[in-house]
Amino acid sequence: MQQSNTYIIIFTLIMTIFFGTLLSFTRMQLGPIQKVQVEIDTKKKILGAVMDISSLSPDEILSLYSKKMTSMVLDISGNEVLSSDGKLLIAEEVNIQKNYKIYKDDRKYPVFMFSEDGNSVDYYIFPMFGNGLWDWISGFVALDKDLNKVIGVAFDHKAETPGLGARISSDEIQDRYKGKEIFDIEGNLVSIKMLKKEKNPALSIHEVDGMSGATITANGLNDMMKNYLNCYLPFILKNKKLDETLISYNE
Amino acid sequence: MSEVKEKEVVKVKKSEALFSKRRRNILIDPLDDNNPVTIQVLGICSALAVTIKLEPTIVMSLSVVFVMIFSSLLTSLVRDYIPTRVRIIVQLAIIASLVTLVSEFLKAFNYEMFKVLGAFVGLIITNCIILGRLEAYAMGNKPYDSVLDALGSSVGYAWIILAVAFFRELLGSGSILGYKVFEMIGWSSFPTNGLFVDSIGAFIILGLIIWVQRSRNGYVEN
Repeated sequence: MQQSNTYIIIFTLIMTIFFGTLLSFTRMQLGPIQKVQVEIDTKKKILGAVMDISSLSPDEILSLYSKKMTSMVLDISGNEVLSSDGKLLIAEEVNIQKNYKIYKDDRKYPVFMFSEDGNSVDYYIFPMFGNGLWDWISGFVALDKDLNKVIGVAFDHKAETPGLGARISSDEIQDRYKGKEIFDIEGNLVSIKMLKKEKNPALSIHEVDGMSGATITANGLNDMMKNYLNCYLPFILKNKKLDETLISYNE
Repeated sequence: MSEVKEKEVVKVKKSEALFSKRRRNILIDPLDDNNPVTIQVLGICSALAVTIKLEPTIVMSLSVVFVMIFSSLLTSLVRDYIPTRVRIIVQLAIIASLVTLVSEFLKAFNYEMFKVLGAFVGLIITNCIILGRLEAYAMGNKPYDSVLDALGSSVGYAWIILAVAFFRELLGSGSILGYKVFEMIGWSSFPTNGLFVDSIGAFIILGLIIWVQRSRNGYVEN
């Protein structure tokens, strides 16, 4: 009897229902807690691009974020996009990895703005996504209010080699980007390039020192930066111009 | 009537102490003489992948111990009802469900670790030690013995990967649990060895452990 097809089918059915119920119940119970964890993680990364947050507790990060950060979601031409029902999209909930997989003109591009006093924007933070050597890499790049100088970066990776490509998520590498500029004197976007090898002499304002043994990760980083800065370019130019007219007006 | 009585007598004879010699052997054997990693050479993949730092290794060890004990218990409880033709699928369903539980809890309560371990928690499903013990032991033995067997095997696995992780973090990153121990004792120029950050380091340490163990126990492969 125990070997009959009917018994096997009934047994597997009961088993499937039992484990299915168990797992979906757990998921339902833990889902909200996990969502908060993911939210804290995202906000940590965004804030991490502009300031040192290693000593803050999760609650402090959330309250700091809600005080100082505003955000919006852009399309490829730098205009704010609305969801299908006419509401504003929540930038923190835009999945950059999923958007990376679709054609660049159809992606949604979140931008985060840091404001110390709550009025004028001090820093703009741009999320990006790309490929490293083994798997994806991602980053948040913070630019100053003139949208040229890098205030800070926060890179992340999935599976780069520890001690080699994985160094992109260390402060040592990320600090190299501080103060670098993405536009040349004529106003062309040149992005920032990580060179091959370490301890290169005479780095320009658009170059950072490389990581020996991790050139492919560095190339991935350069491609990611260039691609995404180009995608954000319409928005950057729009806001840059505004600032320049303001400056000339004041003069 | 007499038959029933006979059976009862046999049962009394069979009952044994909670930690009888036989049961202690079930528990202790896999720790050393029949270690799943160093003697049976199972579970090597995760012994290489998650042992770069000690902290994720601890989480991984605890997860494996949990999954192993409860999958053995569950399998053993329903062992008489599992249809033999689909038994591997049933065992896998049990393991996979428990692993998913661990993964979900980790994501909710230790998101940092969840990110570090990533796919490796899910890959506990493919850890040959667990399926091996279910098929070889829990399918044919009582729940309590099966739990002892699972505890023995999983702790046998855990102490090996913890030992590997200890030396890999010490030599590869110059730290233990993230604390820079060499800087603390005033040796800040300690030359960390990149080889131990790589999987190669795990092979070297694993090889050394096996060497020491076999020369001590006099184990020879047939």
